[in-house]
Amino acid sequence: MSTLLEMSGVSVSFDGFKAINNLSFQIGEPEMRAIIGPNGAGKTTFMDIITGKTRPDEGRVIFGEKSISLLKMSESHIARAGIGRKFQKPTVFEAQTVRENLAMALKNPRGPFDVLLYRKSAKGGARIEEIASEVGLTEHLTRPAGELSHGQKQWLEIGMLLAQEPRLLLVDEPAAGMTPSEREHTTDLLVRLAEKHAVVVVEHDMEFVRRLNCKVTVLHEGSVLAEGSLDHVTNNKDVIDVYLGR
Amino acid sequence: MTSVTENMVSQGGGARKSFIAQNPSVLWFLLALALFTLGVTVLSEATGSGVISTSFVKTLGKTLCLCLVAICMDVVWGYCGILSLGHMAFFGIGGYAIGQWLMYARTEIIVTQSLSAAAIPPTDQEVVDAIGTQIFGVVGSSEFPMIWAFSDSLFLQLLMVIAVPGLLALVFGWLAFRSRVTGVYLSILTQAMTLALSLYLFQNDSGLRGNNGLSGLQNIPGFEETSQATLSIVFFWAAALALGLGYVLFAWVTSGKMGSVVRGIRDDEARVRFLGYHVESFKLFVFTITAVVAGIAGALYYPQAGIINPAEIAPIASIYLAVWVAIGGRGRLYGAVIGAAFVSLLSSWFTGGSAPDINLGFYVVKWTDWWLVLLGFSFVAVTLFAPKGIGGLFDLIMIKRTPDRQGDYGPSEGAKRAEEGSVDVEDVK
Ligand SMILES: Nc1ncnc2c1ncn2[C@@H]1O[C@H](COP(=O)(O)OP(=O)(O)OP(=O)(O)O)[C@@H](O)[C@H]1O
Ligand SMILES: [Mg+2]
Repeated sequence: MSTLLEMSGVSVSFDGFKAINNLSFQIGEPEMRAIIGPNGAGKTTFMDIITGKTRPDEGRVIFGEKSISLLKMSESHIARAGIGRKFQKPTVFEAQTVRENLAMALKNPRGPFDVLLYRKSAKGGARIEEIASEVGLTEHLTRPAGELSHGQKQWLEIGMLLAQEPRLLLVDEPAAGMTPSEREHTTDLLVRLAEKHAVVVVEHDMEFVRRLNCKVTVLHEGSVLAEGSLDHVTNNKDVIDVYLGR
Repeated sequence: MTSVTENMVSQGGGARKSFIAQNPSVLWFLLALALFTLGVTVLSEATGSGVISTSFVKTLGKTLCLCLVAICMDVVWGYCGILSLGHMAFFGIGGYAIGQWLMYARTEIIVTQSLSAAAIPPTDQEVVDAIGTQIFGVVGSSEFPMIWAFSDSLFLQLLMVIAVPGLLALVFGWLAFRSRVTGVYLSILTQAMTLALSLYLFQNDSGLRGNNGLSGLQNIPGFEETSQATLSIVFFWAAALALGLGYVLFAWVTSGKMGSVVRGIRDDEARVRFLGYHVESFKLFVFTITAVVAGIAGALYYPQAGIINPAEIAPIASIYLAVWVAIGGRGRLYGAVIGAAFVSLLSSWFTGGSAPDINLGFYVVKWTDWWLVLLGFSFVAVTLFAPKGIGGLFDLIMIKRTPDRQGDYGPSEGAKRAEEGSVDVEDVK
């Protein structure tokens, strides 16, 4: 396992409020990592920094074998470099069909002329079918995404993430709005993905995290409070104080 | 992950339908346009019974050009979400570019004729000087400004019809999109662009004859013997052809994956970025290609109008364009065509004095004065009560419901609630 992403000494403040405070983080490839922490701990902001949505005030974020710095790259460039994201609030293109959503995410050249001259291929179509069956949306391919239920939108966004074939997957609260069996399916899917990719999962549900069976990082007030196995961190006194004890 | 079965492969292949099969409206539109063109042809003075006067053929030909620029506006605004209030500038530039050649070449013919009577044949320089005096006399000059360098070449001026709007849009768009100016600020910038251009052209030393503009454009050099009746129907055909080609081009751009990305940018550009698309390049592409086609539409319009002056590029022109598209129905190409045709024809009917005045007893409603008020009210009414515009009627006919979009597409859902706080917390989230 080699290091894929390394973040060190990163700080971000919003109007003087330190949302991320001297945070350091590393993930290898392949690896599964769960991030837990109370509301406002900075979990989503952490993902915003990696994906280029938020610029940190200080610190380094480097990615890949060539150790490229993500801080100078635009959002789209970062995405093309191989970092995919599922948002906390499912964000899909509601006016477009499930198939169109997936097709847009499909890993293909992204330039305007590439897209303009793109021809639908049997291979691409098959890939969409494959992903749709993976996320249980085969029957809904022709429906506008806006008609889907909250849970189905979550699935669609996971499907879009799969379609991008990223090296690093940032998954923010994937199980919200899902039934228990869907949650189980999600964990299975994530565990399988983590066999080849780097996967970071933010989740509040401890049962969900337990099933991921991976190293856990606890964030609190923008920095790492504890790191290790789930049992290790849940027995940590600081963690109990700030998070679990409440 | 699950293995790919044979069945799936064949299903995937089935998704690959022809362009026309996926966009049946293109065929219907082309059919309607062809029938319309045929109808006008058999009724015109030059090629048919003469029921339609030459001036009305010109009006219809001009309307087709307006429909073409409305399609451009729809692609930029309705599909890509960029409310450009400057696209008529590109239309005007196209008109000026072709107008320069038309004026130069025609004046050259007149000058050569009048000088040929002289005892000594005139030198080339004398001819050019005489053309300069003829064209720039109105602004107290006889020198050819730099902008007229290519005016003696039809080919180069035609190139400018495409190149000048294209380059202006490219530079302007690059500056604006790169710094991620969006929404109202971008609209204001585009207004500033068209305002600056028209103010510049209003100056006598702009080199394009100030507020006189370019005139006599209906006289096509080399076709002095051809009647206006014939010229009008030829330009009408050209405009119809351009509209048909433009429709197909933009139907292609807005369908398939490109259409998907472009509409995605309209609805949530940040999300498109996180999928790895460089949103700015896509916007620049859409902005520039529509500017080029707008320039072509202008180059076909002004020879039919006969005159172009800087007032044509005034900010209000681009606002009207947005109104047409809104009334016709954004986000569908035929909606833009319907809006432009309907409103501009209605406008010329009302302002041309053909509409009967309404006598209210205490006040006489003169449509020449009140038409703009009516148009303003219609715009407000459409925005509030029929955000899909006239094109939305087709949904009723087809009984195909397109999903209602919120936000910039008419009133937001919140405004329709009976009272604040009457919804579930779940919905608010
Ligand atoms: N753009 C912003 N402007 C100002 N404050 C922000 C911004 N983004 C995040 N914050 C603040 O930073 C802190 C961390 O937010 P963040 O969304 O990262 O928390 P989180 O760990 O994802 O919480 P949750 O579990 O609720 O999703 C919060 O206090 C939030 O209010
Ligand atoms: Mg969060």
